[in-house]
Amino acid sequence: MLIVAGFFLASCAATKTEEGGNVDAASTSASSSSGGEITAGTQEDLIVNVGDRVFFEFDSSELTVDAQATLDAQAAWLMQYPDTNITVEGHADERGTREYNLALGDKRAFSVYSYLAQAGIDTNRMEYVSWGKERPEVIGSDETAYSQNRRGVTLVSN
Amino acid sequence: MIKKILLILFFSLNANAALEVTIAQGKVEPTPIAITQIFGADSDTARYGNTLRQIINNNLTNSGLFYTVNEDLYIQSDNLVEKVPRFEDWKLIKAQFLLSADVSKTDKGIRLRMRLYDVFNGKEIEKLQLTIPDENLIRRVGHTVSDIVYERITGETGYFDTRIVYVSEIGPLDQRVKRLAIMDQDGHLDSHQFLTDGKNLVLTPRFAPNNQIITYMEYKNNLPRVYIYNLKTGEREIVGDFPGMTFAPRFSPDSQSVVMSFSDPNNAANSEIYLMDLNTRSRLRLTNDSGIDTSPSFSPNGEKIVFNSDRGGSPQLFIMDKNGDNIKRISKGRGVYGNPVWSPRGDLIAFTKLTQGNFHIGVMDTNGNNERVIVRDFSLESPAWSPNGRYLIFHRQKRSNLDGTGGEVTIHFIDITGYNERVIPTPRDGSDPAWSPLL
Repeated sequence: MLIVAGFFLASCAATKTEEGGNVDAASTSASSSSGGEITAGTQEDLIVNVGDRVFFEFDSSELTVDAQATLDAQAAWLMQYPDTNITVEGHADERGTREYNLALGDKRAFSVYSYLAQAGIDTNRMEYVSWGKERPEVIGSDETAYSQNRRGVTLVSN
Repeated sequence: MIKKILLILFFSLNANAALEVTIAQGKVEPTPIAITQIFGADSDTARYGNTLRQIINNNLTNSGLFYTVNEDLYIQSDNLVEKVPRFEDWKLIKAQFLLSADVSKTDKGIRLRMRLYDVFNGKEIEKLQLTIPDENLIRRVGHTVSDIVYERITGETGYFDTRIVYVSEIGPLDQRVKRLAIMDQDGHLDSHQFLTDGKNLVLTPRFAPNNQIITYMEYKNNLPRVYIYNLKTGEREIVGDFPGMTFAPRFSPDSQSVVMSFSDPNNAANSEIYLMDLNTRSRLRLTNDSGIDTSPSFSPNGEKIVFNSDRGGSPQLFIMDKNGDNIKRISKGRGVYGNPVWSPRGDLIAFTKLTQGNFHIGVMDTNGNNERVIVRDFSLESPAWSPNGRYLIFHRQKRSNLDGTGGEVTIHFIDITGYNERVIPTPRDGSDPAWSPLL
């Protein structure tokens, strides 16, 4: 019942956007770049024009080639908006213990954080935090969900 | 918050060691016990009696070591606290033991008198008289009586007058609201209490072995850190001033220190195990390796620590001395190991293992030999020992689906022989259970 209501609300919000309202900044299904104007230097700008996240292999905190390309673009974007601060979140899929995944999530977040630092972003502008397996992006007990959940997400924090 | 129970105990001095029942590996035949009505002269005391009888019956039955003989078969219906039972009547219905009790009001409060009889030998083997100031302690009286019966008949330490702290869960799986909650070991709703308000994510509560203090992890201001929570005073306090995430806490056997992981920003956020003295606030780093080191758990004598590390490539179980020396891998099987927890008896280590798409909860000797799987399912986690080392509690989570359904998570109880699995009821979903010491 609650879930049905949730979907209903979500579709309402989407319709509103068509009419020129706000896009929810936290929404990651940014496919609807529908006419709404994106403010430069915001989370939405990062999501739509750069990519806010990178993905990891199972039980790994190493940055893939794709991930490095995304982070190069993030670094350039952060250079462009020097007043922007970020928090990097590290996440894991559900196939591990809670505690091991907290550790893994922290290593993933740190991989992103240190890559951006090496690309020249001042560490005073950045924080990082692990959420382990506590905040999946996609609900589901299959590899499709897991591959989306093993992630590092860059969030604009101001 | 916790009322001190005032007990006036009269134990019989016929101190024969454990009786006939032997607990061996494998399935145990439950011992038949008859529990008479618990008599009360007025409506209040009769009500207390009913409640007590229910609690005792439920505890003994749920242990898997007893079953109660159907009341409809009872031939004798008297109060047998002062009257010698007609043992032949109880033998006839195959009750091996017989419990009778009554409740009355005195000027000091509510008084319970109990007698336990060995039917086959035709003698009283335990008696108890106990007075409580008010009815708020009735449930604890029921648990105390259950412990006495359990101990007298099985020869093992009881575990009924204990509590379980756990994480209560509600809401969508991608934005779960989690609260610390505590309840009697039987999960009775009357005993259930929330300890946190759900504003911050909380994880992995664990009891101190010697007192009513919990250590756990909380995302306060989005900073994940280890805390302690004093259940008597309600005070909460951060454990140490660390510049990065601290997690996976457990108390040392003397309850004076917490062993936990710290993910050091100056060490590439790699998790190492630290020992933090709660009195002196001094900290000692125990591991130093480029792999993840987490989930430490002390041996009950305080000499060794078992922990989880991926230093060899995949997560496995290791043992080290309390100062971090002599690290040895103990897990031998294939699969990904985690959650090692040392038994309070000292002889076994419980763990989880992920292999062939399923989680397993098992036990192994402290050198890693004789690994046995107790339960297997898609998702199992957080084994925790009963204070007597005979049972485990853990959580079991169902698969979730893309539409947001599924993912229900419940707390379970099981005998380490693998028999007698039961759900411990919680008002919402429950995870990360941990058992208190005897109150």
